[in-house]
Amino acid sequence: MGSAPDGTSLGGLDTIPKLLLHHAKVRPSRPAMREKRLGIWRCWTWREVEGEVRRIASALSALGLERGDRLAVIGDNRPLLYWSMVAAQALGAVPVPLYRDAGAGEIADALACTEVRFVVAEDQEQVDKLIEIRERCPRLEQVLYADPRGLRTYRQPFLHKLVAAAGREPEPCARDADSFVAEIARSRGCEPAGIYFTSGTRGPPRAVVLSFDNVLATSRAVVAFEGLTEREDVLAYLPMAWIGDHMVSVGLAYCAGFCVNCPESPSTVMADLREVGPTCFFAPPRIWDSIRSTVTIRMEDAGALKRRLYGSFMRLAKRAGLRILDAEHVGPDDRLCYRLGERLVYGPLKNALGLSRVRLAYTSGEAISPGTFDFIRSLGINIKQIYGSTEGSLFVTVQSDREASAGTVGRPLPGVDLEIGEEGEVLFRGAGGFQEYCKDPAASLAAKAADGWIRSGDAGFIDGHGGLHIVDRAEEAGRLADGTSFAPMQIENRFRAVGPIREIVVFGRGRDYVAAFVTIDAGRVGNWAERRGLAYTNYRELAQRPEVLDLVRETIEAINRDLAQDAALAGAQVRRFLILQKEFDPDDGELTRTRKLRRRFIAEKYAALVDMLYADEMACEIDAPVAGKGGGITMLRTRFAIGEAKVLRTTQGGAEAMRQEVATPA
Amino acid sequence: MHPNGDVLLRVEGIALAFGGVKALADVSFDIRKGEIRAIIGPNGAGKSSMLNVINGFYRPHAGSITYKGRTARHMRPHQAAQAGIARTFQNIALFKGMTTLDNIMTGRLLKMRGNFLLDALHVGPARRDETAHRAVVEQIIDFLEIQAIRKVPVGRLPYGLQKRVELGRALAAEPDLLLLDEPMAGMNFEEKEDMSRFILDVNEEFGTTIALIEHDMGVVMDISSRIVVLDYGRKIADGTPDEVRRDQAVIDAYLGVAHDGGKGA
Amino acid sequence: MHILYAILIGPFVTMAREPAFLIEVLIGGLLAGVMYSLVALGFVLIYKASGVFNYAQGTMVLFAALTFVGMLEAGLPVLLSLIAVIAVMIVLAFAVERVVLRPLVNQSEIILFMSTLGISYFLVGLGQILWGGDVHPLDIGIPSGPLTVHGILINQLDLYAAIVAGTLVVALALFFQKTRVGRALRAVADDHQAAMSVGIPLKQIWVVTWAIAGLVALAAGIMWGASLGVQFSLALVALKALPVLILGGFTSIPGAIVGGLIVGAAEKLGEVFWGPVIGSGVEDWFAYILALIFLLFRPQGLFGERIIERV
Repeated sequence: MGSAPDGTSLGGLDTIPKLLLHHAKVRPSRPAMREKRLGIWRCWTWREVEGEVRRIASALSALGLERGDRLAVIGDNRPLLYWSMVAAQALGAVPVPLYRDAGAGEIADALACTEVRFVVAEDQEQVDKLIEIRERCPRLEQVLYADPRGLRTYRQPFLHKLVAAAGREPEPCARDADSFVAEIARSRGCEPAGIYFTSGTRGPPRAVVLSFDNVLATSRAVVAFEGLTEREDVLAYLPMAWIGDHMVSVGLAYCAGFCVNCPESPSTVMADLREVGPTCFFAPPRIWDSIRSTVTIRMEDAGALKRRLYGSFMRLAKRAGLRILDAEHVGPDDRLCYRLGERLVYGPLKNALGLSRVRLAYTSGEAISPGTFDFIRSLGINIKQIYGSTEGSLFVTVQSDREASAGTVGRPLPGVDLEIGEEGEVLFRGAGGFQEYCKDPAASLAAKAADGWIRSGDAGFIDGHGGLHIVDRAEEAGRLADGTSFAPMQIENRFRAVGPIREIVVFGRGRDYVAAFVTIDAGRVGNWAERRGLAYTNYRELAQRPEVLDLVRETIEAINRDLAQDAALAGAQVRRFLILQKEFDPDDGELTRTRKLRRRFIAEKYAALVDMLYADEMACEIDAPVAGKGGGITMLRTRFAIGEAKVLRTTQGGAEAMRQEVATPA
Repeated sequence: MHPNGDVLLRVEGIALAFGGVKALADVSFDIRKGEIRAIIGPNGAGKSSMLNVINGFYRPHAGSITYKGRTARHMRPHQAAQAGIARTFQNIALFKGMTTLDNIMTGRLLKMRGNFLLDALHVGPARRDETAHRAVVEQIIDFLEIQAIRKVPVGRLPYGLQKRVELGRALAAEPDLLLLDEPMAGMNFEEKEDMSRFILDVNEEFGTTIALIEHDMGVVMDISSRIVVLDYGRKIADGTPDEVRRDQAVIDAYLGVAHDGGKGA
Repeated sequence: MHILYAILIGPFVTMAREPAFLIEVLIGGLLAGVMYSLVALGFVLIYKASGVFNYAQGTMVLFAALTFVGMLEAGLPVLLSLIAVIAVMIVLAFAVERVVLRPLVNQSEIILFMSTLGISYFLVGLGQILWGGDVHPLDIGIPSGPLTVHGILINQLDLYAAIVAGTLVVALALFFQKTRVGRALRAVADDHQAAMSVGIPLKQIWVVTWAIAGLVALAAGIMWGASLGVQFSLALVALKALPVLILGGFTSIPGAIVGGLIVGAAEKLGEVFWGPVIGSGVEDWFAYILALIFLLFRPQGLFGERIIERV
C-alpha cells in the first residue's frame, strides 16, 4: 500500500478522488456502494471501492488515457460506471456521463462536442451504438465494456473488456498504488470534474463543464444544510447523465461518505426501493406523480372497507399531516387520529412504497403539481422542492424543513446569491456556478457574466420571506390576446397528474383563450374503463372513447373552478382541449431525456392540431402520428374530437394582480 | 452458429400415424452439435409431431433415433430430459400457479440429488444444494432479463413474458439439445427481436444445440444454420437457408401447388 | 311464531346460557371435523396430482381398516400389522397405476372417474372375500373414556385421532412445500405435459400420490374404526367428505382442512342445539345443506382457485 494519504499531504480534499482516499482511510469498512445482482445485494466498503477504482484506473492508464482526456460513460446505474468516472478523475481525465437511451446520432453529437477519446459502455446495446457511429467520431479511440454478454464474437480491435472482478486479480503492486496516489495528488479543485449535458428543453442539449470546486462546494453546503451523515442510504436510479444523479450519488455521497445503492435493473426499481429503504430519496415530479397514481389505482381496486379506511385517513392527513410536518399547531384529537392513521394507513403505505425510512426527499427538475406535493407530505414524508440547473450544480435554492410548499422553491442555498434581473429573469451567483459550455464560448458568455452572475432563463420573483417563485421559462411566459398574462408552466402544473390526465400542454400566447393537449394516464383510465366495462385494446382506442373525453372534461372543469379562485390564474382557464392518441416520448423528441416537456417542439410538430383548437369545429380528421406496430411512429388518418370545458367568468382584478406580480414582456 | 460437425441426434425413417392419419412418413435428418436447426413447413406438415417424437411424447411406429451415439426407437419423456433434452411448447405449458422463480426451479429438478430425509428436513446438504441451484436459476433470470417478475405467479404474466419464462425453465436443465416449438408465435415485432437475440445468445454463450420450429421465415432464415422442410409428414428439403430458399419443392409447398394425387391445398 | 322463535332464537339462548356446554359441543365437533379433513385430504391429493375424482377414496378407508383389523385378528402385533397394511396400500397404488391409470392415460376425466367407481367395487368385494362382512371391533389401546379439562368433557379417542390427523396434515404440507418430490408433485398437479418435459416421471408421481392417499386412508380408517367399529358403512364416510370438498375447494389442501373443521363443528352444533326443535338426525344432512349454500354463493370453495373468465 502507498503512503497513508490524508487531506494535508494531498493539498486539501478538493477533488473527488482525494475524498475517496480519505474515506478509505477514515471509514474503511463502512458500506460505500451496493448493487443487486443475481437476486442478491452485493456490498462494497470504501476500502474495497478504492481498490476497484485503482484497478480500473490502471486499466485505463494502460490503454493510454491521459491527463486532460475525456472519458464518456454510458449505461444503467452500475457501480462499475460510477467507479470508471472516479478512476478517470484520478488520472486527471474528465468524465462525461451520457444518457443510456440516447440514439446513436445523439451520442455521436455528444462525443464530437466533448472530444471524447475513451468510452466505458455498459453492455452490447451501447457497444452496438458506438460501433455504428465510430466512423463519425474520429477522436474516439477505445471502447471498454462492463458486461461481455453477446460480445464474444465482436472482433473490433478498439473493444476491451473492463475488468473489475473483486478479489480475482492480484492487488496492484506498491509502485502502482503510489503512482495512483501521486496522480490523484496532482489534481486541483479548480480543474474540471466532469461534463454534464443539460436536458435541452429549449434546444439541443448543452455540455456544461463543472469543476471539482463547483461540485464539492455545493455538495458540502447541502450536507451541512440538511445534516447528512455517513449513515444515509440513497438509491441511484435516475439517469447517470443527469446532474441530479451525479450530485446525489457522487457529490453528496463523497462529501458525507454515505452508501449508494444500484438497482438490479431499470424495471425493478420499485421493488429495489422497498428492499433498500433509502433515507434520502430524490425524484423528479414525474416519479412522485406516478407514486401517487399507483397508490390511487390500488386503492380503487381494494375492498370497500380498505377503501373507506384509506379515504377517511387521507382526508385527515390532508388536514393534519401537513401541519404536523410543518410543526404547526394541531388539536390533540387530530394528532391522536393521525398517529392511529400512521399505524393503519400511512405507515404500511410508506412501507409498501419503500419510503418508510426516508427523512429527506427532494423533488427537482421542474415544478411539481400542488396535489402531488401535498399528497406526499401528508403521508409524513418530508419532501422538499429544490431549484437549480446543470449550470448551477443542481442546487440554487432549497426549502428548509418547515417551509416546504408547492408554491415557492425555497431560499437560496448558503453561499448563493439570487437576484431578479431585467424582464423578471432569475439570476444567481455562487460556488456552484459552472465554468463554461464545451466548445461554445459565445453561449458561455451569454449565460455567465464576467462577474459570475448566471442567467437561469427562468422568469420568477422573490416573495417577502425571501422565497423564490418560478413562473415559467422566461421565453414562454406571455399574454393572451386580451392582455391577460399567461404562464403555461404554472397552468400545466395545476392539471398534470390529476385524475385521468397524465400530461398537459397549454397554448394561448397571443390567442383569445387557453387551449390544451392532454395525454391520459393509461393505468388509471384503463382501470376506470375496465370497471365500467368499456372495451379498448390499446392506448389509442382508449384515448378515442367519448366517455374518456367526458371524464377529462369533468376534471378540467373542476380545476377551472379552482383556477377561478386564484387571482393570478383566473384568466387562464382551459376552454378547449383534445386528447392526443399517443403518449409523449423522448424518442420522438416531445420530451427531454429527463422527461420534461419540450413545449415549443410539440407546438411545431402538432401545428395542425393547435390550429384546430382555435377553429370552430368540434372534431376533424387529420394525418397524425400514432404509435405504430413496430414501436415506432406511423402517420395515420385520425379523428380528433375537441372537448369544450366550462370557463368561469374572471374578475378584472385577477388579471390585474397577475400583471403586477410578474413583469413579463407583452 | 458454429457446428463442429459431430452429429448430436439423428432420426432415421421415422413414421408416425394417428389412427389412419399419417403424421410423419420416413423422415430422416440429423442435428449437429452447436448448430441452430430449424424445422419448417406449412400447417399440418408434422413439425410438432417431429419434436414430440424426439423428446418422447410420441412413440414412432417405425424408424430409430440416435442420440449421443445411442440408438433406440423411443425414449420416455423423462428419460429424454435426463439425457439432456429440454423443450418449450407451442401453447406455453408453464406451472401457472407457481412464480417465475419456482417455475425455473422445476427445471432444476433433475439436477437435484434426492435424499428424502434430509430433503424433507430442509437442512444439511439439501439446503446447500438448494442454494447452488438457486444461483444457477438467478443466472438464467439475469440472462433473460426477467428480474422484475421473479416473484410473480406466471399465470398473471403477459404472453411474451410467459414464453421467456418457459425458455428459462428449459435452460435451467442445462440441456445439450434444446427443442423450441414456435418460440415466437403470437409475438409482436419487438418481442420477436428479443427472443431471437436470446436464442442466438443461448447458442453462443452456452454452446447449446437448438432445434426450433418457427413460422416467421425472416427469423428462421436469420438465425438458423440449417433447415429441414416438412410437408404432409415428408421431408421435402434439407440444407442451409440459401439452399432451402431456392428449392423448388419448398417454393411449391409454400405457394400451395397441387401435390401428387391432387391432395394439394 | 313459536316455531320461528325455537329455530331462530331459542338455540342461541341455550348456547348463551350454558357456555361450557357450547364449548364442549364445539370441541367435539372440531375433533370430528379433523377426521373429515383427513378423508377429504385423500381426495384433494389425487385430484391435484392426476385430475381424477377418486370415488374409491371411501372404500380405500374401509379396505385399509379391514386389512388392519384382519392382521390384528390373525394375531400380528400392532406395529407389524401397521407396517404390513402400509405395504399393502403401496402395492395397491402400484397396481392402480399399472392396471387402471396407465392404460387410460389421456382419456377424459369422466372415464377416469368411472374407473375409480370400478376400483371402489373391486375393493369392497376383495375386502369381503378376505375378511368377511361382519363388524370388527378395533382396539388400538387408546383409552376411550372422556377427559375433563376445566370442567369440559373431551372424548379421548377423538382427541388422539385429531392429534394423529393434525400431525399427518402438517407433515404432508411440509412434504409438498419443501421437498424435491413435493415440488415435482406440485408441478404435475399444475401441468402434466410441462412436468414431463422437465423430466418428472409422471407414472412414478402417480404411484407416490396414490400411495400417500392410501396412507391417509389408512389413518382415517383406523381412527374411524376405533370409534365406530370397522364395518362397511365406513365407506360412506367418503360421502361426508364431499360437502367438505365443496366448502374447501377441490384443489386446496388448507381448504380440505378448514372445510372439514367447519363441517364437523357445524353439524354437531346443529344436532345438539337444533335437533330438539326440528327433529334429530340433523347431523346426517346438515353438511349437505351447507354445501348447497356454498355452491350458490362461492362455487370455487373457500380456497379453491377462482375461476375467472377473461375475454
